[in-house]
Amino acid sequence: MKALDTARFQSIREIHDAFDRGEFLPSELTRAYLQAAQAGTLNAFITFTEENAMRAAVAADQVLKAEKKVPRAILPLFGIPLGLKDNLVTEGVRTTCASRMLENYHPPYSATVVKRLENAGAFSLGKLNMDEFAMGGSNENSAFGAVQHPTHPDRVPGGSSGGSAAAVRAGQCVASLGSDTGGSIRLPASYCGVVGLKPTYGRVSRFGLIAFASSLDQIGPLGRSVEDCAVLMDVMAGHDPLDSTSLMIEKPSCVDACRRAPDWAGLRVGIPEEFFSAQLSPGVETRVREALKWFEAQGAKLVPVTLPNSRHAVAVYYLVAVSEASSNLARFDGVRYGNRSAEAAQASKLKDFYEHARAAFGPEVKRRLILGTFALSSGYQDAYYRKACQVRALVAHDFERAFQEVDLIAGPVAPTTAFRIGEKAGDPLTLYLNDLLTIPANLAGLPAMSVPCGDGEDGLPVGLQLMGPSLSEEMLFSVGAAYERGRRQT
Amino acid sequence: MNFEAVIGLEVHAQLATDSKIFCGCPARPPAGRSVAEIPPNANTCPICTGHPGTLPVLNEKVVDYAILAGIATRCSIRGKSVFARKNYFYPDLPKGYQISQYDEPICEKGWLEIQALPTSPDKRIGINRIHMEEDAGKNVHAHGYSLVNLNRAGVPLIEIVSEPELSSAAEAGAYLRSLHAVVTYLGISDGNMQEGNFRCDANVSVRPAGQKEFGTRVEIKNVNSFRFVEKAIDYEIQRQIGVIEGGGKIVQETRTFDSNKNVTISMRSKEEAEDYRYFPDPDLIPVRVTEARVNRLRSELPELPDAVKRRFMTELGLSAEDAAALTSTRDLALFFEEALQALSETGIDRAKGAKALANWLTGEVGRLLNESGVEIRNSRLTVVHLADLVRVTLEGAVSSTGAKQALSEAWSTGESIPAVVARLGLKQVSDLGELEPAVEKVIAAFPGQAAEFRAGKEKLLGFFVGQVMKATGGKANPALLQELVAKKLKQMGDS
Repeated sequence: MKALDTARFQSIREIHDAFDRGEFLPSELTRAYLQAAQAGTLNAFITFTEENAMRAAVAADQVLKAEKKVPRAILPLFGIPLGLKDNLVTEGVRTTCASRMLENYHPPYSATVVKRLENAGAFSLGKLNMDEFAMGGSNENSAFGAVQHPTHPDRVPGGSSGGSAAAVRAGQCVASLGSDTGGSIRLPASYCGVVGLKPTYGRVSRFGLIAFASSLDQIGPLGRSVEDCAVLMDVMAGHDPLDSTSLMIEKPSCVDACRRAPDWAGLRVGIPEEFFSAQLSPGVETRVREALKWFEAQGAKLVPVTLPNSRHAVAVYYLVAVSEASSNLARFDGVRYGNRSAEAAQASKLKDFYEHARAAFGPEVKRRLILGTFALSSGYQDAYYRKACQVRALVAHDFERAFQEVDLIAGPVAPTTAFRIGEKAGDPLTLYLNDLLTIPANLAGLPAMSVPCGDGEDGLPVGLQLMGPSLSEEMLFSVGAAYERGRRQT
Repeated sequence: MNFEAVIGLEVHAQLATDSKIFCGCPARPPAGRSVAEIPPNANTCPICTGHPGTLPVLNEKVVDYAILAGIATRCSIRGKSVFARKNYFYPDLPKGYQISQYDEPICEKGWLEIQALPTSPDKRIGINRIHMEEDAGKNVHAHGYSLVNLNRAGVPLIEIVSEPELSSAAEAGAYLRSLHAVVTYLGISDGNMQEGNFRCDANVSVRPAGQKEFGTRVEIKNVNSFRFVEKAIDYEIQRQIGVIEGGGKIVQETRTFDSNKNVTISMRSKEEAEDYRYFPDPDLIPVRVTEARVNRLRSELPELPDAVKRRFMTELGLSAEDAAALTSTRDLALFFEEALQALSETGIDRAKGAKALANWLTGEVGRLLNESGVEIRNSRLTVVHLADLVRVTLEGAVSSTGAKQALSEAWSTGESIPAVVARLGLKQVSDLGELEPAVEKVIAAFPGQAAEFRAGKEKLLGFFVGQVMKATGGKANPALLQELVAKKLKQMGDS
């Protein structure tokens, strides 16, 4: 039998239909994905879990042989091999956060989202590369090496969920999970030309997500289609008693929403001037404006809106996120968690011990931990951390006001397409500014999706960002899926 | 120069919940077992060991208990309170921060009434705040290694912070006893100091009498008995006065109490103090407490030690001292009331029975408890033992010496009082017919002394009584015997 070309599958639905027709078995599909992933040169995976995956796939074979058809209703992810960002803990499977600190960490439990996906019939091919502790936007800050862009090997895939986006685009897994603290799902989705969603804060349980910035982190799906992300969302979302910040809200029906055409005539799409006055590359601006024209052509009304405080978003983000991170990462001290270096092991004083043990962090992580420690310290906390929290509330308020006039807000995900590996490495501030357009949704806790809207003048993918009010995932899926269908038809 | 001391206390009380504050692990050993019997790290899970990715979920029982403590100390309960992270590095702290409360604690601004001595007037001591927090683990240093036991990590605590309104070691001791009684009456803490359920830090400063500004304060950490707190404070006050009178200055620092030498020793100075970088814990939502919840808890509040003490004094006529001693723990007060009930059922006058019971409980029984370090409910003594003991002595069936002997037997074997009395033959001989021959025999054996008695040397009565006691093995009822001997001496002289 000819090896399956994994890159040909555009959706989970296609795969399930092929299972139904008996074209191949889940184990054959899984082996094909594993081969693609293991032969790949993108460095998208840190750890492969081929044994676990094949065991689950063979079990799925038996079910399919017995049932003849995919049991979609009870197992919406039946036989689907996924990839998991390596900050999602997996019982017994090494979870590194792409850090030397956790090089040998084997968690004793699995994240709630991982269990939910497994209970829906999915399994993981392995753990995906990322920026260390999700700190970065290019996936160059990994202790396991940078990830390459799936179509342009000299470019970055975006970050921090760079492995998650690159692997999906390259056909190394059907779909994947990422986490988004300031754009870490949407930016790589945009750069790699896949779909990614950052859900409403509290919609998806964070239990088992190794925290970067707890008040901003949210787990979300990346897929080759809007509907694939919807399938994952419907499985993952919903209250988790193990996460106090997870909302007591009924599960959404994102898949249904994808199949429902939006009410175009009544749809008001907000266009924030701030998102376009930013220095957009011509290719990005052209593609995004085309997408907006398409919305208008369907009958939607384009409404200019302002988000005046979004100009503070990057400053606010880099105070709030690093402050929380300085506390979240304190446990990696070489006592219970984290690597204990030879020097640390020989230290005779506790202070020396910590100094040596904490040396295992990479430079970007160290930079942020020092910033965060400073922003929280007595005498500075009012001017930095607390002030940032106040301005954060203003950013959120801008959105509330805007959403009184519009149903969703649309704009670019990033000012440019994927840049060259090493291009911005020496300049952390420029890299931070790259998050300008994604950070506001995190600060306000809102859902935001990145949908491919064509390629820029450089031939690299451009992402359209759709942002909605709190808990409006179904509307985003409905609009996103309709746009995706429309674009494929033209 | 005259100095006055200013003392504030911070008490950590471990809450007697079944599970820990942020996970489902057991918070304490099974009933009757001690912390030391639990294997290291047996009561742990990924959450309380701070595994990456885990999140805390608040145990609502902890909130109930903290509210109860607040109501009992007349605090106001905040409708919204917030958990904050206290960040510091220490090997017993797996997350690198302790989840505590900072600027929005659950209870604020209450007070507690204390009496430093049975004779001193009541004094109100302000409570600044009560907040909820998790305990850390424990470092164990042995065989050249430092090991960490996380069984205690995540055990719920409340920290009760007094205003700096105590002015002597005795007042500090009274405040602690009073607070201890409150938490144990409420049933929210076992209050076992040996097990570390109730720990105290003291802030002590001195200033010239009458001065408004506070002197520089020194913190004495983690003293684990009432007596040691008093000793540590006494020492610290004298030390500070000595430093000032010697022309020196008090340094702001943390000190520890050496209970062998009865001195405080410097641990670290202010310069080495940590910056805890408190900020609201983003993993926990604010704690919302409704008025209905506070009212429900208020309606479930048991009778508090102050009220019980007042009732013992007014209804039973007990002295302030006895009433205070009997209400020092809820168990003791309950034990007393149950024993008194059992006693009243035998027809003995309540007030009379109460006084006698109080004497036993604060006297001989108290001594046994103190010496053994056992709580009354963990001892072999039952309310029936005490009721029987009081009854047989009040009825004159057993002498006080005999009763003490019976108590000591019951204490060590749990045998019933009537059984001990019978087995050891402790019953007093009160039957004149039984005593008469013995008395006659003794008088006949000492004719000289008998003659002297009759001649007016009445002191010799004691000699004869003693001889009869000796002959009867000490079982004779002394009051009856004395009467009988005097009568017989006279009678036998007449014949």
